[in-house]
Amino acid sequence: MSTSGDDHDHEHPRNELSAQAKRIYAIRDLLLEKGVISEKDIQDQIEYQEARSPANGAKLVARAWVDPAFKARLIADPKAACAELGIDATALNEFVVLENTKKVRHMVVCTLCSCYPRPILGRPPDWYKSFNYRQRSVNDPRGVMREFGLVLPDDVEVRVHDSTADMRYLVLPLRPKGTGGLSEVELARLVTRDSMIGVMDALPKLPET
Amino acid sequence: MIHPATGRFRPGDAVRVLNEHRPGHIRTPFYIRGKTGWIERVYGDFLNPESLAFGGDGLPRRTLYLVAFKQGDVWGAAQAPTDKLFVDIYDHWLEPASYGGQRDEHIR
Repeated sequence: MSTSGDDHDHEHPRNELSAQAKRIYAIRDLLLEKGVISEKDIQDQIEYQEARSPANGAKLVARAWVDPAFKARLIADPKAACAELGIDATALNEFVVLENTKKVRHMVVCTLCSCYPRPILGRPPDWYKSFNYRQRSVNDPRGVMREFGLVLPDDVEVRVHDSTADMRYLVLPLRPKGTGGLSEVELARLVTRDSMIGVMDALPKLPET
Repeated sequence: MIHPATGRFRPGDAVRVLNEHRPGHIRTPFYIRGKTGWIERVYGDFLNPESLAFGGDGLPRRTLYLVAFKQGDVWGAAQAPTDKLFVDIYDHWLEPASYGGQRDEHIR
């Protein structure tokens, strides 16, 4: 990258690897060369990472919406509740479920890095790791929610959780009104990833397919 | 793995976050240092990440708390009066305090 007189406003082609990417590939090659890990280990890990998705979280939320006893167990012992639904949360750090109500909304951030309940939600979105979100979520959560389309009245309390340490947080969004006729599987489709981070509510109705 | 809590604080205790600047893998964000809030939940004892990050054994374990702050106490009066910020903070980053503001009822 040029450092002098290169402040033009067009973009350079992006086919060059970044310094960070080059470093990652160099480390990978060294680990393979020295036999610390194998190609198969890497592939297995990629598949494991990709297999975890927000669908796990949506399943938990939908079950909690239709089954109050399950909801109570999910809040009291989230890992055991995951096991009930066949979701492997054993790799997860300790895990806390934050229940939204009509008067309280929760929102989760990790201002220090990108701590995230990955076994339940998969990989965090890029915006979750951005400096913008990490900075503004703690001191302007209502502004961030507005940008996601959620405008809260003043009498709703906003609780931001900065997951700085060993706990991981999942927001249990409110069940939208008028969804009494939906099945548990249909309800799960209302539960977006972003609603479980807490920047917005669950979808009010089934998306058009 | 959580071990039973051995720390100094109980739910409802007012605490102030130490305003210290130490090098290393610190899990206490800068913006919350020096601020006063209260213990919302006691999570238990965990290996100390400040030691683990540098190949240490993480011992002695440190008690981790969910500490609650009023947004107005952290960022100023422009914040919505009901809104709160919760941060997970280890025992050795806290000191007893007296909390003058009004404390809301606890989550649980």
